[in-house]
Amino acid sequence: MAKDEFREFKLVGTRPDRPDGLDKVTGRARYGADISAPGMLWGAVVRSPHAHARIVSIDPSKALALDGVKAVVTRADFPEGLTGEDWNLQENTIAGERALYDGHAVAAVAATSKLLAEEAARLIAVEYEVLPHVIDVDDAIKPDAPVIRAGAADASVPEGMPPNVVRYMDFGRGDVEAGFAEADLVMERSYKTEATHQGYIEPHACLGQLGADGKGEMWVCTQGQWYIRKMCTAVLGLDASQLRVTPSEIGGGFGGKTTIFMEPLSLALSRKAGGKPVKIVMSRSEVLRATGPTASASMDVKIGLKKDGTITAARAEFRMQGGAFPGAPVDMALYCCFAPYNLTNVAHVGYDVLANRPKCAAYRAPGSPMGAFAVESLLDEMCRALKIDPLQMRLKNAVKEGDKSSYGPRFGSIGLIETLEATQAHPNLSIKLGPNQGRGIAAGYWFNHNGETSVSLAISEDGTAQVSVGTPDIGGSRASIALMTAETLGIGYEDVRVNVVETGALGVNEPTHGSRATFASGKAAVIAAGHAIKEMCRRAATEWGIEPEAVEWVNGAAQPAGPNAGKHPPMTIAEIAGKMGQTGGPISGHHESVPEGVGASFGCHVVDVEVDPETGRTTILRYLVVQDAGRAIHPAYVEGQYQGGAAQGIGWALNEAYIYDDKGRLANPVFLDYRIPVASDLPMIDTVIVEVPNPGHPYGVRGVGETGITPPLPAIANAIEDAVGVRMAHLPMSPATVLAALKARG
Amino acid sequence: MVAVHLWSSLTRFTDGARVVEVEAATVAEALKQLVETHPGLGPILDGGISVVIDGEMVPNRHTAIEPGAEVYLMQRLKGG
Repeated sequence: MAKDEFREFKLVGTRPDRPDGLDKVTGRARYGADISAPGMLWGAVVRSPHAHARIVSIDPSKALALDGVKAVVTRADFPEGLTGEDWNLQENTIAGERALYDGHAVAAVAATSKLLAEEAARLIAVEYEVLPHVIDVDDAIKPDAPVIRAGAADASVPEGMPPNVVRYMDFGRGDVEAGFAEADLVMERSYKTEATHQGYIEPHACLGQLGADGKGEMWVCTQGQWYIRKMCTAVLGLDASQLRVTPSEIGGGFGGKTTIFMEPLSLALSRKAGGKPVKIVMSRSEVLRATGPTASASMDVKIGLKKDGTITAARAEFRMQGGAFPGAPVDMALYCCFAPYNLTNVAHVGYDVLANRPKCAAYRAPGSPMGAFAVESLLDEMCRALKIDPLQMRLKNAVKEGDKSSYGPRFGSIGLIETLEATQAHPNLSIKLGPNQGRGIAAGYWFNHNGETSVSLAISEDGTAQVSVGTPDIGGSRASIALMTAETLGIGYEDVRVNVVETGALGVNEPTHGSRATFASGKAAVIAAGHAIKEMCRRAATEWGIEPEAVEWVNGAAQPAGPNAGKHPPMTIAEIAGKMGQTGGPISGHHESVPEGVGASFGCHVVDVEVDPETGRTTILRYLVVQDAGRAIHPAYVEGQYQGGAAQGIGWALNEAYIYDDKGRLANPVFLDYRIPVASDLPMIDTVIVEVPNPGHPYGVRGVGETGITPPLPAIANAIEDAVGVRMAHLPMSPATVLAALKARG
Repeated sequence: MVAVHLWSSLTRFTDGARVVEVEAATVAEALKQLVETHPGLGPILDGGISVVIDGEMVPNRHTAIEPGAEVYLMQRLKGG
């Protein structure tokens, strides 16, 4: 299936044991909450019970009177004068004048035990003046909605917009009205999706230590230790290099661990407690109330379609709330929603709106699933109306290399057509369906990302290699980077150890986000290995008394490049490394860049469901993910990413939602009530890895982590319509809402 | 000259132009000229954007822009 089938690899594309497997199955892996230190204190956070309230006073005297309570911090312990996103982060870390959502931190306390810290937190008296609140995005965008923060709008917002609109965008090309006039069918629909949480199993946890000299350390569960450093030092007014941040093993992140929440609180408490380390571990309730869910969305889409399946024009207007701070991914949603289609006439409008909810964080392909839900749902409905095969319609309009994307720039090498053709060929599409069963198809897109990257590689004395990377391993990047490094060096997979290192060990790295780790750190590791190879060839050349250019690297050894270089037996990496101390010192390689050559990824999902007409419950009968990986370095991990994206998307589609009561309090802040899918809810998810190698990466990697969550929302909605004839335009499609739709249809 | 494509809502800073031509050999020069000729773009560019040249996101402001290249400004891309 790969375009460059002539390239053969020894290791890339194989499925060796996972380097972290033994540690994880034996419990030896150290997660955020596993880190402790001598003299450690425990921190607890006081959180607002109100959606919107002025903080009249905070009285910590009763808490401080408890024996063993060492420090209390409020906003007064943080520097003033921050602006922009630094201010947003500080305000979200600990409220200033007003609590902006249920769960917003207003104070924190450190004590000698966890129980004591929690008791002390309960004793901190906070007086609030409750203010009007707004939760729903369509309410928040009204001109008379309670104002979350006056003056928060950036320069993109024209005069006269409602006060909670903080970013505005519109873009497109062509003449959409003329395009609609060409169509045989024009339909316009509105859709809504609710906020959902990333749902990582490991709650946020950190251990922070900060002395009066401004030097500190932090051990933390994160997707990005340099982001933790940058954000914590900004919020606390410290020098970045004085804070050393070490990432723990990570129990899921999905974008939610690319920012800070309670980490600056642990440092501020530590500083106030004389430099004693302070550990904070969030409860699940705190995770759901106060850490990044994704945005909720309200979306209008209008599409024109010809009888032959040609899309003549498309328009999307999306409104998203991302909590009480700017940052809802409405831009990404708009960029991605029409990306699979080659469009002449297209228009996008977006509003980022404030509401009294927690500050949204990135969640796997931020924005793209919502946009796909709206566009792919409407396209499916239109295909039904015109009796067009939905897969053929997608093939007819599919973008290919050189086409202008819906958002402007032209695509490089992409594999959407190959992905759709692989979908078409899959046996799942031939399985006959029974009563109340239906099949849904949807496509999805994610850009993938590069980001600042720094990697170091060192050859050990025995010819094995260590690679230091700055991207925490949340989806198999250590295995993939080890495979690519070993392939490049010509040594065994087991001869390479990849370590995720702390901030003092490398240059700045962006987090593991944007599906970038295997692409960016992998590319840097391959380049670093190339530097080491060059040096090893040079040392062999010196030994042999020939020019370095006359030496080549083959199968893990230096050898003369041709007969003119003389007759010398190959010199293996172990032989060269074994005497490196006598031939010039350590042999290493490193690479720092923002790697170019990112390859975008498309996917197509097909789901079969059965809907119980008596209860409205939707059962997933079978599920197929087809996606272009570029090159699957470790196919088992790629399949795992595909399955994980689908599983999260299924939860988003069918069950998950932030539910608020009339006071703006989160009503379901535990997993019993916030229901993510469990294994028994799902069948084995079938996967097909399409390989259209990315020419921008030495092994063709595109990045696979995010695209997989994009199609499930519409695919399931389309399947439900196919099964029982109701179109669900508001997520989640829970038994109650499906049953209500069935009853309304009559 | 380099043609820089803007998103539509920026046209209120560019007298309605969706495409602005600048004399620039690098990304940094192009952005500098954009702000010099259309100061209203300054806060937008300072707030963080992505630059895409011939379909490739180019984070390095020193990157050369070849004659005839297609340059797009986009909202800053990020992931999860």
